[in-house]
Amino acid sequence: MGRYVARRLLQAVLVLWAAYTLSFAVLYLLPGDPVEIMAAGGGEVTEVTEEQLDAVRAEYGLDAPLAEQYLDRLGAALTGDLGTSVQTGERVSAMVAEQLPATLQLTCAGGALALLLGSAVALAGAHTRRPWLRQLLLSLPSVGASAPTFWVGLLLIQLVSFRWGLLPAIGDQGWRSLVLPALTLALPTSAVLAQVFAKSLRDALREPYVETALAKGASRARVTLRHAARNASLPAFTVFGVLVGNLLAGSVVVETVFSRTGVGRITATSVTVQDIPVVQGLVMLGAVAFVLANLLVDLVYPLLDPRVTTGGAVAR
Amino acid sequence: MTEPQERDPARPLLSIADLRVSYHTRGGVEEAVRGVSLDVAPGEVVALVGESGSGKSSTGHAVMGLLPAGGVRAAGRIDFDGTDLARADERRLRSLRGREIGLVPQDPTVSLNPVQRVGRQVAEVLLIHRLADRAEARERAVALLERAGVPEPAVRARQFPHQLSGGLRQRVLIAIALAADPRLVIADEPTSALDVTVQRHILDHLEALTRSTGTAVLLITHDLGVAADRARRIAVMSQGRIVEVGPAERVLGDPRHPYTKALLRSAPSLDGGPVAARAPAADPERPPLVRAEDLVKVFPAPRGSGAPPTRAVAGVSLAVRAGETLALVGESGSGKSTTARMLVRLTDPTSGRVVFDGRDITALRGSALRRLRRRAQIVYQNPYASLNPRFSVGEVIGEPLRAFGVGPRRVRQARAAELLERVGLPARTLHRRPAELSGGQRQRVAIARALALEPDLVVCDEPVSALDVTSQAQILDLLATLQEQLGLAYLFISHDLAVVRRIAHRVAVMRRGEVVEEGPVGRIFAEPAHPYTRELLAAIPGTRARPRQGRDPKEVPTA
Repeated sequence: MGRYVARRLLQAVLVLWAAYTLSFAVLYLLPGDPVEIMAAGGGEVTEVTEEQLDAVRAEYGLDAPLAEQYLDRLGAALTGDLGTSVQTGERVSAMVAEQLPATLQLTCAGGALALLLGSAVALAGAHTRRPWLRQLLLSLPSVGASAPTFWVGLLLIQLVSFRWGLLPAIGDQGWRSLVLPALTLALPTSAVLAQVFAKSLRDALREPYVETALAKGASRARVTLRHAARNASLPAFTVFGVLVGNLLAGSVVVETVFSRTGVGRITATSVTVQDIPVVQGLVMLGAVAFVLANLLVDLVYPLLDPRVTTGGAVAR
Repeated sequence: MTEPQERDPARPLLSIADLRVSYHTRGGVEEAVRGVSLDVAPGEVVALVGESGSGKSSTGHAVMGLLPAGGVRAAGRIDFDGTDLARADERRLRSLRGREIGLVPQDPTVSLNPVQRVGRQVAEVLLIHRLADRAEARERAVALLERAGVPEPAVRARQFPHQLSGGLRQRVLIAIALAADPRLVIADEPTSALDVTVQRHILDHLEALTRSTGTAVLLITHDLGVAADRARRIAVMSQGRIVEVGPAERVLGDPRHPYTKALLRSAPSLDGGPVAARAPAADPERPPLVRAEDLVKVFPAPRGSGAPPTRAVAGVSLAVRAGETLALVGESGSGKSTTARMLVRLTDPTSGRVVFDGRDITALRGSALRRLRRRAQIVYQNPYASLNPRFSVGEVIGEPLRAFGVGPRRVRQARAAELLERVGLPARTLHRRPAELSGGQRQRVAIARALALEPDLVVCDEPVSALDVTSQAQILDLLATLQEQLGLAYLFISHDLAVVRRIAHRVAVMRRGEVVEEGPVGRIFAEPAHPYTRELLAAIPGTRARPRQGRDPKEVPTA
């Protein structure tokens, strides 16, 4: 078990480093000079001399060779310094820290909701004996996965907030304003989860050990929940780790649609104005979230599936 | 045998009358069971024998009320102690399953929940039927495991299925089936996935247990030998009908239905007479086609387990001549497959030498190794898994040709058709998918694929152990015919001595990575020198001492 954890941790660190390097390469080799953008900041077109540009470059360390810049920034990133925003001059780490709680709240609520919805649909679909209901339940995921997030959000606002007046349409005050954004965010993720879970449930229910359980006199509900679901949850669980990325990406749209503050919002703005240090900071945040989620999946997985850590030791 | 307390001892415990089961398939309605009637008395052991597809498993499942939902129609009566199981509602069936009727399923490797400790899986029966509370069920599960012959039951109860061997898993399943002291146990091919020696121990144990508790057993099997050893009465099933039923001695000694006679002829374990299948022996003066010298294979222990490395093969030397079959016999884990894989260079030996056709091939690499692949081919055990389901039969057979760039597509198809004919399949099979073929037909396709490149050596890795007896006999005949026609050398891996006797010229018995005995097939069977060989021989089903032996010789089953 110790080795297993150590290996997973090492992999996590490698993924983070790769994410940093890749985002550095992509963002800094991108056409478009951040210094010129900065100089043009404010909107008015002013004449800036080449000397002034060079001075700014020197200030930000952008005149050094690329390799040196990379190493400098990597070293700084390791100490938590992600640079400063080209647009506002704020420290990137402070910006992210300020916006993170709101987004964390949203994505956690969305993730939990996605898990709940996805499992419920898959379990109900596997359990029902009415063919029409099964068909209906199992076609829900494809609908959910193909509906665009912004459209679902606007639809919910239209119906729930404007027509029925049940919940606030925008803002981020209290749990009532969290319901619709979280639901909007959860839908596509829950759809993918439901699809994977339903498929593996269907396969699990055809496994011989299910027949053994039925032959013990177990009810269908018991067989589905105690035997099939546990086995079928393994692939769904792995997919959930990957879907954390979806949740973060979804927060960009959801926060915009519901006018919430958060990491998603600053992502949208900083990408538009090519605020590279901020964008890179956000990429790293995404990578950290992704790595943490998958690390969690990897650490919980052996608890769900004993074959991962006790494999190979077959007794005779 | 003690009879359990019954209101009417003369009344059968289970009485199946005119049972019909049909499945809706894409091709229409298919009748799997067509009017089966069968009684099982309290405490009686009845064997239901037939090939796969005969409807024997459907009959067993119908009794459990476990036919696949939807698409299945069942008609007739299944009277179990006054309840008609064919009409009982789910609640009633549930109260009987596990409590009054236990099931020992077919394949122990997949019949236990892989993520649950085995103790809990045994205890679950007691919990479902409220025979114990949680703590008591846990304790009784250990006792039940012990009763089923699981050593160190308290330790095993806390383990997961993958940590147990196949034989132990089957014992766990027996503990589950017998946990609530049911009055009837349906054993659906309980040991056909296990080695013969393990099979015998498991069946002995099941027999002792059910006899001591007076439990009736409906033993479903394709192996007449197993039925002969275990059952008081035998019912022979073919194409959905019971064609013959009677006391075991009568059915085996004086079969009346042609199908029973055919089944008796093809049952390898009951067939002690001369071998029809085997090709004439090769000239012993010929130099060997392939020779292994002191092969050793050491596998490192799984990382982090702290266990010492495994010596899977510990110094094996053997030789196979052209036109000869050398059988490599042993239990699973004895190193026979690893030896064969080293012989054809699919696994690199840790030490030792392999000489193929006079040339040392131990260190062959690249294109030279590829040329060797043309001359040595493999037929695998499981024809269900070893054929790509997306390929047509023509593509399966043509693939080795394509890999070696033989001819254009048209030539390869022609060659595939020719090979099909050679293995006794009709030419129209060419365009079908493996899923549409029976196990025996698939194995024929696998053989055709192995022959595509005209090899000199074919390694047959348990080629018939996944097939039922009738297909087994046919595949063995086919292999012998091909050997005679093409002068092939076979390395035939098997755990089943009864099969080996029909095909091999020489036998090497392996145990724990070593060859403990080697010799001509006749000598090994007549005068086994090593105790392990004798144990293997004794484990062949159908050889158990029975009352019918020593009776009128014409009643003894003949070859």
